[in-house]
Amino acid sequence: MATATQAPPATDSIIETDELSVLYNGSAAVRDITLGIPRNRVVAFIGPSGCGKSTLLRCFNRMNDLVPNARIEGRVSFHGRDIYAHGVDPIEVRRRIGMVFQKPNPFPKSVYENVAFGARINGFQGNMDELVERSLRQAALWDEVKDRVQASALSLSGGQQQRLCIARALAIEPEVLLMDEPTSALDPLATQRIEELIYTLKQDYTIVIVTHNMQQAARISDRTAFLYMGDLVEYGPTNEVFTNPREERTEAYITGRFG
Amino acid sequence: MSTLTDAVEYAPRGPQRQRKGKLMRGLFLASTAVGLIALVVLIADIVLDGAGSLTWRFITSFPSRFAARAGIRAALVGSLWVLGLTTLFSFPLGVATAIWLEEYAPRNRWTQLVQVNIANLAAVPSIVYGILGLAVFVRAMSLGRSVLAGALTLTLLILPVIIIAAQEAIRAVPNSIRLAAYALGATQWQTVRRQVLPMAMPGILTGTILALSRAVGETAPLIMIGALAFVPFAPKGPGDAFTVLPIQIFNWISRPQVQFHHLAAAAILVLLVVLMAFNLAAVLLRNKYTKTL
Repeated sequence: MATATQAPPATDSIIETDELSVLYNGSAAVRDITLGIPRNRVVAFIGPSGCGKSTLLRCFNRMNDLVPNARIEGRVSFHGRDIYAHGVDPIEVRRRIGMVFQKPNPFPKSVYENVAFGARINGFQGNMDELVERSLRQAALWDEVKDRVQASALSLSGGQQQRLCIARALAIEPEVLLMDEPTSALDPLATQRIEELIYTLKQDYTIVIVTHNMQQAARISDRTAFLYMGDLVEYGPTNEVFTNPREERTEAYITGRFG
Repeated sequence: MSTLTDAVEYAPRGPQRQRKGKLMRGLFLASTAVGLIALVVLIADIVLDGAGSLTWRFITSFPSRFAARAGIRAALVGSLWVLGLTTLFSFPLGVATAIWLEEYAPRNRWTQLVQVNIANLAAVPSIVYGILGLAVFVRAMSLGRSVLAGALTLTLLILPVIIIAAQEAIRAVPNSIRLAAYALGATQWQTVRRQVLPMAMPGILTGTILALSRAVGETAPLIMIGALAFVPFAPKGPGDAFTVLPIQIFNWISRPQVQFHHLAAAAILVLLVVLMAFNLAAVLLRNKYTKTL
C-alpha cells in the first residue's frame, strides 16, 4: 500500500517497520506495513474492529510470539536493530518496550507487589521502595494509594487499576509504552485522567496507542495511522489526517460514515 | 391478584408459578437432608459403638488376640507413613504434570490422547492399581510388602485425580495475568512460578486433599500388594511391612466376637479424626494462599 506517508527521516524513528505482515493460520491480519514511530511522540492507530491495529501493536514487543500459528514477515527494528533477528531475546525486547492492555489486569497482589514484580524478575538491584514510589508518581497514582500500598490491587477502582498497570509498566524503565485501547473499559473521568497522563509521559517516553475513539486519537496523538482491513491506509500528522485526509476511506471513517 | 397487563397473549398464572417454585425449593432441601441425616445416623452409630473403646491405651497398643488388649498403634502409624509418602510422591508429580499439560505442551493429537487417558485412569477401579503395584513395585522392583510399595501404589491411584484437579485450577487463571507478566519481560517459568501457580494453589490444594482422603481410606489395593492384617510392630521406615487403618478395621469387623466390633468402631473414629486433621491443614494452607492475594 504505497499511500502510506512517512514524513520524518529514519533517524528520528525509534521503531520502524518494513513490509511487515502478520499471518494467522496463513491469512494476513496486517499486510506490508511500513511506518516509523518517532521518539517522544504519541502515535495513535485507529480503524474499525478487526483492522489489525492491535496485531500491529503486538509486533512491537513480540507479544504475537505467544499466539500459536502466528507468523511474522518483514522487519521490525528498534533503534535500527531487527527485533525478530535470530538471537534476539523477546524478554529483552519486552523490558524496553512496555505494554498496557485493554482491560486493567493487575496481579491479585498488593499495589506494591504489582509495581515491584517487573523489577524483581528483571534483577533490579536498587532501592525497591523508591522505585515503587517513583513509578506510582509517574502514573499519577501515588497520592491516591500512598497510604495503602500494601492493600490488594483489586480493591482499587477500574481507572486506578489501569494507572497501576501503567506504573507497573514504567517500573522496568522502558523507552516505549504500547497501549492497546487503554481506556475502553473506563468511564469518561478515568479516561480523562489517563489521557492527561499520556500527555505528561510523552516527555520521557514514546507512546503508541491503539484506540477505537477517534476524538481520543485527535486529542492526544501527534501522528495517526489509519488501518483498514489489514492495510495501512494513511499515516501522517494527526491534524492533517483529521482535517485534510488524503484518502477517501480515511475521510469516510473519521467523519463516521462507517466503522 | 390483579394482572398488570391486559394483553391476551399472556397467561401469567402467578400463583401456580409461585407454588412450583416453593415445591422445587422443598425438593432441594429434602435432597440435602437425605445425605445429612444418613451421615449423622452413621456417625452417631459409630460413636455409640466405639466411644467406649476409644482410650489412650487403645491408640498406643499393638493388635492382640484379646480384644481388651488390642490397639491400633501399628495401623495408625502405618496409615500416617503411607499417607505421608503418598503426599510426598503424588503432589509434586501431579502438579508438575498439570503444569506441563496446561502451560507448556503443544495442543495436538498427542496431548489430547494423554488427556483422555488421564481421565480414563481416574476411573479405573482401585484393585487394578493393586495388581499393578504387586507386579511392578512388590515383585519387579523387589520392594517387598513395604510401606514404600504401598505408597507408590496409592500414588499411581490418585495421580490422575490430582492432575485433573490441578489442571482445572491452572486453567481457571485468566490469560490476561500471563500476558501481563510476559509484557513485563517475565520468562515462562517466572510467569508460572510467580503468578499462575499462586493463583491456582487454592484449587490445587483442594483437589489434592480430596485425592489423599481417598487414598487414606483405600483397602483393596493395599490388601492386593500384601499389607498385613496382624502387625505386632509399627513401621520404622519405608522398607518395613505395614498395615493401615481400613485393613485393621476390616479385620476386626470380620471377627465373630462383638468386642472386636467395638474396637472397629473406635478405629473408624480415629480414621475420621485423621481425615479431619488433614482437611483442617488444607483449609489453613488455602487461607494462607488466599490471604497473600
